[in-house]
Amino acid sequence: MRSGVLALASMLALALPAAARPVPEAIGVFGAEEAAEEILLRGTTDLVLFEPVLDAFLATAPQLRIRYEQWASDDLYDAAAAACRGEFPSADLLISSSIDQHVKLVNDGCARPYRSAATAALPPEANWRDEVFGVTSEPAVMVYNRDLVPDALAPRSRFDLLDLLRPADTRFAGRVATYDIEASGLGYLFAFADSQQATTFGSLIEAFGRTGAVATCCSAEIIDAVASGEFLIAYNVLGSYALARAAEDSRIGVVAPEEYTLVLARGAMIPRQAQHPEAAGALIDFLLSEPGREALVDAHLILDVAALLPDADDSLLRPIPLSPVLLVGLDQQKRAGFLALWRETFPRE
Amino acid sequence: MRNTEPAAARTTSLATRLGVALVLLLALGGAAVAIAALAYGRSAARQTFDRLLVGAADQIAASIALRDGTVVVDLPASAFDLLALAPDDRIVYSVVAPDGAVVTGYDIAAPPNDLAELYDGAFTGEPARFAVARRRFAERDFAGTVDVVVGQTTRARAELAGQITRNALVVVLGAGLLMSALAVFAVRSALSPLRRIERVFAARSPRDLTPLGVPVPREISGLVGTLNRFMGRIDRQVETMRTLIADASHQIRTPIAALRAQADAAADETDPERQRAIVARIHERSINLGRLTDQLLNHAMIIHRADTEALDRLDLRTVAIRATEETDHDFGASETVLRLDLPEDPVWCDGDALSLVEACKNLVANAFRHGVPPVTIAVGEEADCVHVAVRDRGPGVPEEHWSDAQVRYRRQTGVSSTSAGLGLAIVHAVARAHRGDLRFRRPVQGGFEAAVVLPSVGGAR
Repeated sequence: MRSGVLALASMLALALPAAARPVPEAIGVFGAEEAAEEILLRGTTDLVLFEPVLDAFLATAPQLRIRYEQWASDDLYDAAAAACRGEFPSADLLISSSIDQHVKLVNDGCARPYRSAATAALPPEANWRDEVFGVTSEPAVMVYNRDLVPDALAPRSRFDLLDLLRPADTRFAGRVATYDIEASGLGYLFAFADSQQATTFGSLIEAFGRTGAVATCCSAEIIDAVASGEFLIAYNVLGSYALARAAEDSRIGVVAPEEYTLVLARGAMIPRQAQHPEAAGALIDFLLSEPGREALVDAHLILDVAALLPDADDSLLRPIPLSPVLLVGLDQQKRAGFLALWRETFPRE
Repeated sequence: MRNTEPAAARTTSLATRLGVALVLLLALGGAAVAIAALAYGRSAARQTFDRLLVGAADQIAASIALRDGTVVVDLPASAFDLLALAPDDRIVYSVVAPDGAVVTGYDIAAPPNDLAELYDGAFTGEPARFAVARRRFAERDFAGTVDVVVGQTTRARAELAGQITRNALVVVLGAGLLMSALAVFAVRSALSPLRRIERVFAARSPRDLTPLGVPVPREISGLVGTLNRFMGRIDRQVETMRTLIADASHQIRTPIAALRAQADAAADETDPERQRAIVARIHERSINLGRLTDQLLNHAMIIHRADTEALDRLDLRTVAIRATEETDHDFGASETVLRLDLPEDPVWCDGDALSLVEACKNLVANAFRHGVPPVTIAVGEEADCVHVAVRDRGPGVPEEHWSDAQVRYRRQTGVSSTSAGLGLAIVHAVARAHRGDLRFRRPVQGGFEAAVVLPSVGGAR
């Protein structure tokens, strides 16, 4: 159904100076050429992952066409903040995994409220002010290479991971990876949520620093490196990408930490300056509806955490709530302090 | 029958009046409570959320530290957890160094003055409430005040205030409905005796004028008492009318028949001398018939007056004097020896002067007709009653007839050519109408005395 041309713009983005206007990583246009209305959707989700979901939506709304721009999370935030100030063309809908940045946009008055039966039915942690809604359910997981790390040895919890890193001559030294939180908004969100959740995080950072763990960019790259055996274990990887790859690649093993598992719900919000807010609202309603949820399950964007954590009860799942508390992590000084701590652990090469 | 009655004059129904009063009361009360509740709700919501705001500002202020002469803030998540208790409100915060530079947070307008701890403002188009916490530093390398300003939009406040107001109004509404139901019930039960009276009246025969025996509450007993007195008066008047008609038919028929017989005789008489004699008798009889008719009508009029006229405060001595004067006028002073026996002081009673004078005259006339002169009218006062008495030297009514004299002497001795014999009946009726009585006695000095005894009113006012 895709009618547009997939444009890989990330090369272009790298070529531009940092101060230049943010640009998307990829663009796709979906829907019939003759559709009456085109909505602009900006998201952090990989285009290929999201395409079937959009196709399912367009099957129910043939009068619509969707232009999907895939952005890096920080760029997406910069673009939305600029649009909010009227300095950049606004999207009609933003769907981002960096929900802290979404919360900040809402807090700064950049969102337009949307109310429907579906949004009213959302639990409070998945709906803030009727302006940002949690539409997916994705745990933060650990990924390991099943060839090099037998399932019996694979860590089931953060404590297991600490134990694996403890011996002085551990073979995991330098072969454990996690997101570079300076480069990845999602990585920052997970790391900050970890730091708020438990004291284990301090030990983990210390162990990462001691064993020379690697902080690098982007889910796809990290999982590729685990599959290839460059890394043995990746920590705090977004479950959606991990499971999508694990389904195709038997070398990838996925574990949800037993003591607690962070669960992220991607945030959807309609910017204040949206040109087509009703159509954007229809898409939100679709994502929250039964067929929409099925499409998201198929796209591994809604994960059955119980399948990963057979013994878990709900208290071990820690959904990251859409609440103004997320603003704390975005505070300039707080962020600077947290990044400084991080930088001590993962010195730049 | 009911349909042919003229519609009773009506005023607004009690239920409508009560309803209007209740609606007014509830509307005014409801408005007052709503205003009070809104004010209270606002102030309660303001106080509640102001505390959170101040708490959050204090927590942030406590997290400020100095490192190498610069201000460092380790923003506590707990402060934001506190603020998130107003779940739908946006948060703005700012930590400002003494030189006015923003250390961290939003670049927002400074507090309106240095003293305000809480103030109202706006945040990106929405009304907001702000709290200020100040942290003073006096270190070697840093001295001055760091301001922490925390603001929050006011959705939760408005919602709490609205909720308090709504709850109050629901209570008021409930109380209003309950009061209305109670009022309806109260009106119905209060009016039920009236309905009972209505039913009793509806079931009565039109001739039944006996008092109502329906038990009624104190508030309505006055009405029922008045009704019963009213019916009693009608009953007496009906009785009077019946008596009058009976008396008239009985007493006038005979003289009229005699008159007609004599007129027939006169018509048939051929001898002019005898015819003239018959005509003279007819003349005499017709005069007597006129007097009799007067007396009958008088009787009716007196009884009617006694029942209907209001009683005035009067001096019984004037009654005696007027009776004397009118008797002299009727009989001619030469024929009579009428004496007055009056005390020095006024003798007060409540009565209708005309009826009493007429009664007195009747007693005097009886005394002249049946007794032995001299006749005396005496006025006197006893412990709790007053009397006007007529005495003569004759034997009077036999003692065995005293108890029923007023009835006996109406029928038995009443029919004569000159008197209807109604004297004692009139006197008795007048005395009863004045809540008094007709009393006979034999004075120590001999003779006979008939007295109208009335209740005393205890001296002149």
